[in-house]
Amino acid sequence: MNAKKVLAKTYIGLVLVILYAPIVFIAIFSFTEAKSLGNWTGFSIDLYRNLFTGSMQNSAGLLSALENTLLIALIASVVATFLGTVAAIGIFNLKGAKKNTMNFLNNIPMINPDIITGVSLFLLFVFLHISQGYVTVILAHITFCTPYVVLNVLPKLSQMNPNIYEAALDLGATPSQALRKVLIPVLRPGMVSGFILSFTMSLDDFAVTFFTRGTIGLETLSTYIYADARKGGLTPELKPLMTIIFLFILMVLLFINIRQSKNTEKK
Amino acid sequence: MIGNDKIINIEHLSKSFDGKKVLDDINLYVKRGEFLTLLGPSGCGKTTILRMIAGFLQPDEGVITLDGKDIAGLPPHMRPLNTVFQRYALFPHLDVYDNIAFGLKLKKTPEEEIDERVRRVLKLVAMSDYEDRDVSTLSGGQQQRIAIARAIVNQPKVLLLDEPLAALDLKMRKDMQIELKEMHKKLGITFIYVTHDQEEALTLSDTIVVINEGKIQQIGAPIDIYNEPVNCFVADFIGESNILKGRMMRDRRVAFLKHEFDCVDEGFGEDVPVDVVVRPEDIYFTTDPAKCQFTAKVNSCTFKGVHYEMWVDTDTGYELMIQDYDPYPVGSEVMLYIDPDDIQVMKKERTDNSFPAKVTGEGKVEFLETEFECNTEGFEEGDDVTASIRFEKVDLLDHEEDADLTGNIVSILYMGNHYHLTVKTEAGENIWVDSNDIWDKGDFVGIKILPEDIKLSKATQGNE
Repeated sequence: MNAKKVLAKTYIGLVLVILYAPIVFIAIFSFTEAKSLGNWTGFSIDLYRNLFTGSMQNSAGLLSALENTLLIALIASVVATFLGTVAAIGIFNLKGAKKNTMNFLNNIPMINPDIITGVSLFLLFVFLHISQGYVTVILAHITFCTPYVVLNVLPKLSQMNPNIYEAALDLGATPSQALRKVLIPVLRPGMVSGFILSFTMSLDDFAVTFFTRGTIGLETLSTYIYADARKGGLTPELKPLMTIIFLFILMVLLFINIRQSKNTEKK
Repeated sequence: MIGNDKIINIEHLSKSFDGKKVLDDINLYVKRGEFLTLLGPSGCGKTTILRMIAGFLQPDEGVITLDGKDIAGLPPHMRPLNTVFQRYALFPHLDVYDNIAFGLKLKKTPEEEIDERVRRVLKLVAMSDYEDRDVSTLSGGQQQRIAIARAIVNQPKVLLLDEPLAALDLKMRKDMQIELKEMHKKLGITFIYVTHDQEEALTLSDTIVVINEGKIQQIGAPIDIYNEPVNCFVADFIGESNILKGRMMRDRRVAFLKHEFDCVDEGFGEDVPVDVVVRPEDIYFTTDPAKCQFTAKVNSCTFKGVHYEMWVDTDTGYELMIQDYDPYPVGSEVMLYIDPDDIQVMKKERTDNSFPAKVTGEGKVEFLETEFECNTEGFEEGDDVTASIRFEKVDLLDHEEDADLTGNIVSILYMGNHYHLTVKTEAGENIWVDSNDIWDKGDFVGIKILPEDIKLSKATQGNE
């Protein structure tokens, strides 16, 4: 019995170590000055200072990549949240085979390899003669984010009392008031998690962005880091940047989890 | 309090879903201030009527007027009606106060007035201390009270209630019934109430509208519906009853149970087949041979709380249910009589199955989307005819092989010595069957009709 317990704990520990070792590794080595990865030359926060004061090489490029990334993620996830919510309401109101088909069609883009999505979007844009750049990247990101919003909003719809919308109309709300005052507040938790998921999906996308950004030199964080790493080693200041991004994502996740457990407590 | 004017008038209302007619030519009116109940089994169309009054559905045909004005073009939010939904449909993101104030806030009612009116209805539904509670923390009964409060705070002209008590347990339901009735008295608002629970309908209503298969069966006060059902469906659906085949001999004289009885019904004609209903509490025991109309042997006796329920076998081979305050031992011979007042005679809705048919060849006829063999003497191929089959000549089989067509049993009526079954065929037509075998509602059956039992006649107008 005891040996079993020890074994189980060791196993889970091992899994966690393997999962988190790379991140911890980056975080630790962000606190040293060494140019090449894996060399520890004493504790230092110089890399952080360089990152924030801009005294690193090509800091302007990094800054603009960061800006692009955030802007694209924001626009794409806002639009995807809107489109996804509307689509979810539509799918929810379908019946039988049509509903199943739509659910199935919604799931395919999520399991489709990014590289295929990227290449096919690239071909589509070329075919349609849309000059590639900001617009195409945002369109592409909306495309792969929307199904995730649908997936997050649908369960909220099925939990919802089907008469709620009618009850609002019955009490004198116009259809648009019923939507704003009742339907959207009830669906909001699903929309928020769909939005956050879209935002993080967009943030970390590489393949789709790479194929749809065209040749105008548009860089997001992922393409910037990729290019930087190919150009002769990773710029050391990227290590603290990644650590910060990781902590940011961690905080968002904690926030979602706390909110969810609060919601379930209420019920 | 009940005025004579009609607040809602419905004429020739029809509705189909996917080509299936769910409401067929509904005509009824609701008097100002009355408590009207739409009563029927599930799927009979009663909720559809309510939803059309509320404006969530548009009628295919027919007119609904409110205070004399056609409301067809009016969307739900413009109608001065409010609904209490079956599963409450409270807004989960708002607390009790904001749920109730929802309608008033939309109408831009001044804050003090909202405050005052919300407090007043909360008091009315006995939920005064619950203003700030989250609706998800309330019990089913409490949520139902809030749903009612949310509707009546808007002072609707008519309050629509869609099976509001169906989700509550029995005790709670009884309490809420009394409270609803009180509320109706206090508010003076017209109530239209939908339920499948006949007891609830009898308890609450001023008027009951009995609906089955999209058609109104009977409209009347609870006592009239109970005492004078117009057909077997109503008699069977409301209360317990003994339904029997009978024959009207002449005015005030009817034969059933192979005996003749005095009754109070007139105008059926002489020697006409009818259906007869006798409520189980209206069959009396007697020890006086002069009063005795027929004898029977007690077959079973069960204590039901207030009364005893007994099944007896009559001297002529029928089974009857009798309710009495005194028990009679099983196996004993008893003398029975029925008062003329307590015999309800009903016109027979049908005496046999008749279907529009087409002769498709020598000895072949088609009806119910099926080809049957029968004697077609005297008819030509292509003739439109009426095919009649007596109820007892339709055979039901528990398998599909050998069957001419298949269907499901949709209703069962016990007629004292046999069952009268309604079987819905796959084409959606009804076949009526008299059978001694015991079937269950919903059973899938094969239907077999022998060639010699199909009688053809010239097609007449108006048959079905």
